[in-house]
Amino acid sequence: MESTMAKSREEIEADVRDVLVDALGVDEDDVVPTATLKGDLGAESIDYLDIVFRLEKKFSTPEKPFKIAQGELFPENLMTDPSLVEGGKVTAKGIALLKERVPHVELGSFEQDPQVTKLSGLFTVKSLCDFVQRKLG
Amino acid sequence: MRWMWIDKVVAYEPNRRLVAVKGVSLSEEHLHAHFAAEGALPACPVMPNSLILEGMAQTAGILVGSVHGFREKVVLAKVASAVIERDVNPGETIRYDATIERMDESGASTVGTIERFSFVDNAWAPVGRIEMMFSHLDQNRAGTEFPEENFVFGENFRTLLSGLGAIAPGAKSPH
Repeated sequence: MESTMAKSREEIEADVRDVLVDALGVDEDDVVPTATLKGDLGAESIDYLDIVFRLEKKFSTPEKPFKIAQGELFPENLMTDPSLVEGGKVTAKGIALLKERVPHVELGSFEQDPQVTKLSGLFTVKSLCDFVQRKLG
Repeated sequence: MRWMWIDKVVAYEPNRRLVAVKGVSLSEEHLHAHFAAEGALPACPVMPNSLILEGMAQTAGILVGSVHGFREKVVLAKVASAVIERDVNPGETIRYDATIERMDESGASTVGTIERFSFVDNAWAPVGRIEMMFSHLDQNRAGTEFPEENFVFGENFRTLLSGLGAIAPGAKSPH
């Protein structure tokens, strides 16, 4: 729990860096905005829950709890819904849902070849900072 | 009871905290190999840190499992950090004090402190601190399915809590 003052982008980036260093055991210098959580920082499935819990703790204040609902940050349920994934690829409906539900993730070239296995590779340090900044308002 | 690395639950605050103790005895065979005498070096029986981790995993795991009445399959998914700074020797007692930090449908994070009681010093002394993540297998994010039977919490764990009076002795297993 920290102060109730609005956080600047730099403060958010520093706090997110702390969270990732603690959750993933990576060097501070490796936590750059373009680093992907899975590919560059080595995050595994349980780490995503760890990151969620640590972000909640880091950005909660006594006045305003920072609570992340399941699927709000990482769209983990996408994998199991057949209308959103067909033949290993995210459907148009799935892409639309991603844009609506996880706007902090930049889809980029993913839309041209939307293989669901590549989805987790899209999450970068910047994605997390954007998510926190948007949620803090 | 097999593979039980805690002897007794001594405090239980539902949904929040569980404290368990274990007496370390020279009759535990593994202590004779950890570490055996070698050359001029005498034997040095020390509780292995890996088993201290297991003791904390059982303490915190029972706590997390008890939140939903042992219906969830709770498994240790990650040791987020483990710092053990002092040995525990035969004749001493270990105390595991575990607290739930965060919990949701898919799992929980816990933080636990470890202390030892020495009858020589007649005092408790800090041994270490361990942070863990537990996953609810049926709510796992990969969507993998597991057998319906709850293979995690057998009667052993329930006996520990019923010994404290936290659950009714002989109560039916939830699975």
